[in-house]
Amino acid sequence: MGSLFALIRSGILGAAVNLDHPTTYFHWGWFSISVANLVVILVMIVVFLLALFVPFPKGRQS
Amino acid sequence: MKTETEPVTGADTTWTGAIGRRLTRELPPEKVFPGRQPVYVQSWTYVFGVLTIAAFVVILVSGVWLSLLGPAWWHTSKVGLFVNSLHFWSVELFFVVMVVHLWGKFFMAAWRGKRAMTWMTGALAFLLSIGCAFTGYLSQQNFASQWIASEGKDGMNSVGVGAFFNVLNFGQMFMWHILLLPVGIGALTVIHVLMVRRRGVVPPYLAKNQAPSDVLPERIPADTEAQDGGAR
Repeated sequence: MGSLFALIRSGILGAAVNLDHPTTYFHWGWFSISVANLVVILVMIVVFLLALFVPFPKGRQS
Repeated sequence: MKTETEPVTGADTTWTGAIGRRLTRELPPEKVFPGRQPVYVQSWTYVFGVLTIAAFVVILVSGVWLSLLGPAWWHTSKVGLFVNSLHFWSVELFFVVMVVHLWGKFFMAAWRGKRAMTWMTGALAFLLSIGCAFTGYLSQQNFASQWIASEGKDGMNSVGVGAFFNVLNFGQMFMWHILLLPVGIGALTVIHVLMVRRRGVVPPYLAKNQAPSDVLPERIPADTEAQDGGAR
């Protein structure tokens, strides 16, 4: 736990991605969406498909 | 001084007694705390409800942590910034898993088998969560929150609620964010989960030529109403 807080204090986690700039938007006609929101939606769709098709580990059967 | 208990006579007509009988009938302990679940629950699609609750717990814990130490701490210290970020990112995760849960239940028509109220409490909790996130963005105390408030006020006024829900009133929005909406979401979540316990987890649609016994094991009473695909 101490090393985790040391990592946080050093600012390394915050420096992983530079967010200090205007975001990029995609425009399709009347529809526009930021890259960040588009990525989140795509990740959600991928997670949903994985949940449908990835086999669930077999638990205890009685 | 009289110490004996007065004898109780007549029928129990109290509202407390009526509530107790109703709860005992609708939510017996074996339903609220089931020891076993149907085999069809062994799918990742059934995991996202509890993931939503787990993310909600992280939001609450980090929110209480922020409340204990205050804005001067979470805006200036490294740990405070971390807890502030933990609060924010657990909300992001909360919405991701909640929406995947919503998709799974929508395509499963989870309102089948007298589960309409379960569906509606979930939908209401989702709407309150959007409000809670919105008031959270308004409480950031930075230029982004000022921008969101100035844009949001027009939206609120356009639907006629601006006088009661004033997004430019920081104190009001902050109270909605840390008290009213979390209490509402928490209460709806408890009711939602109790309804899931009462009716059981919704079974999947049967595949073509599949008998109910292939999906529903004998140890769990078959929910025949849920299998006909009709909403109640």
